Amino acid sequence: MAEGGKMAAGSGKMAAEAAVGQVVLPGDVLLLPARPGHDAEQLPLGSEAAPRGRLLCGPGLRRCAAGLLVTKCGLLRHRQPGGGGGAAAGGAYWVDSQQKRYVPVKGDQVIGIVTARAGDVFRLDVGGSEQASLSYLAFEGATKRNRPNVQVGDLIYGQFLVANKDMEPEMVCIDSSGKASGMGVIGQDGFLFKVSLGLIRKLLAPKCEIIQELSQLYPFELVLGMNGRIWVKAKTVQQTLIIVNILEACEYMTSEQRKQALAKLSGN
Amino acid sequence: MAGEVKTKLSKNLLRMKFMQRGLDSQTKKQLEEEEKKIISEEHWYLDLPDLKEKESFIIEERSFMPCEDLLYGRMSFKGFNPEIEKLMVQMNSKNKKEEIEVDDKMEADVSDEEMARRYETLVGTIGKKFLKKRDQRVLRDDDEDENSNARPKKAKKMFLKPQD
Repeated sequence: MAEGGKMAAGSGKMAAEAAVGQVVLPGDVLLLPARPGHDAEQLPLGSEAAPRGRLLCGPGLRRCAAGLLVTKCGLLRHRQPGGGGGAAAGGAYWVDSQQKRYVPVKGDQVIGIVTARAGDVFRLDVGGSEQASLSYLAFEGATKRNRPNVQVGDLIYGQFLVANKDMEPEMVCIDSSGKASGMGVIGQDGFLFKVSLGLIRKLLAPKCEIIQELSQLYPFELVLGMNGRIWVKAKTVQQTLIIVNILEACEYMTSEQRKQALAKLSGN
Repeated sequence: MAGEVKTKLSKNLLRMKFMQRGLDSQTKKQLEEEEKKIISEEHWYLDLPDLKEKESFIIEERSFMPCEDLLYGRMSFKGFNPEIEKLMVQMNSKNKKEEIEVDDKMEADVSDEEMARRYETLVGTIGKKFLKKRDQRVLRDDDEDENSNARPKKAKKMFLKPQD
């Protein structure tokens, strides 16, 4: 009985390498291979020879004494060390989960909707549990005199400066060097819709087939927020809606089905 | 008589600075010890076993961005918004920055041959600057009219020792 309960809670222990590409459940513990020089403390030379890069423990995973503790269900992903990015020089593990609820994360670029102007700050709906705040000074070239022209209902593309579970998330529309770099109020017209967070990541991945195929169709503009919101604008309303429909359908279509749908469109 | 008086003085009074001069070394030490005891008792600490700090090789990251190398979120295609297209190239090439920088280094504004040609003439022009006016004229004369009486002129200017 007790054992059965344990199994249901998912306290399975497995090696992290073996679980890559498999479904992992909250409570699972992923064991990491022992580091050379980690246990051999008598040999200072050994610890120096250990790989410099540190393991990156991405979303859905937490550090624990034994290794990594899974906190979300999904597929375990892994990136080999030295794969380009400087932050994850020692490799990275994360859980690729399918979810619709967005939880603000520091540094994420999202699309927010202005819901109120409260003195010095704007309130932004970003799809999280709490509205984010955005200071009027956090725009490029904004000063106390020169306020940005932001109205209630505007769409804003910005990134999170503060996002943790205990505090109200705070957004900014400038990067660390004070430049807007594409952030700020998004143009007046266009179409905003919401997809799952998994699809957004798929679209933002380098060399995404969907984006590459769509870019062959006709001129249009796209803003993808990590919170699952997509804003599309093309020359006509009809063209905008075609893009919207394709992107929405991508969630449930195989790549063959999508290619067929696109071929139909480009034939017209 | 005096000893009796000393014992009657309170500890707190003895601890005062102006009373310390008259004290003998033994009582001084005693007082110091007591003072130390009081201080150490006032400090309170957690009665817990020592935490073993281990160096962790794991970094926690809540964002997908560094894991999956996601692209910049604004896109424009076929020249719909040229500003964004410029930005896209800039933001998405951040990872490949190093390669681009290497390319920049290789490109030179002036070719080596041109550089050499320019230096050739430059040596003459700058060299002139450091010559004395008299020598300069001699140089010019040499260049312009070789056939004329350049030699005699030079000879005329030579220092002649006066004869006695």
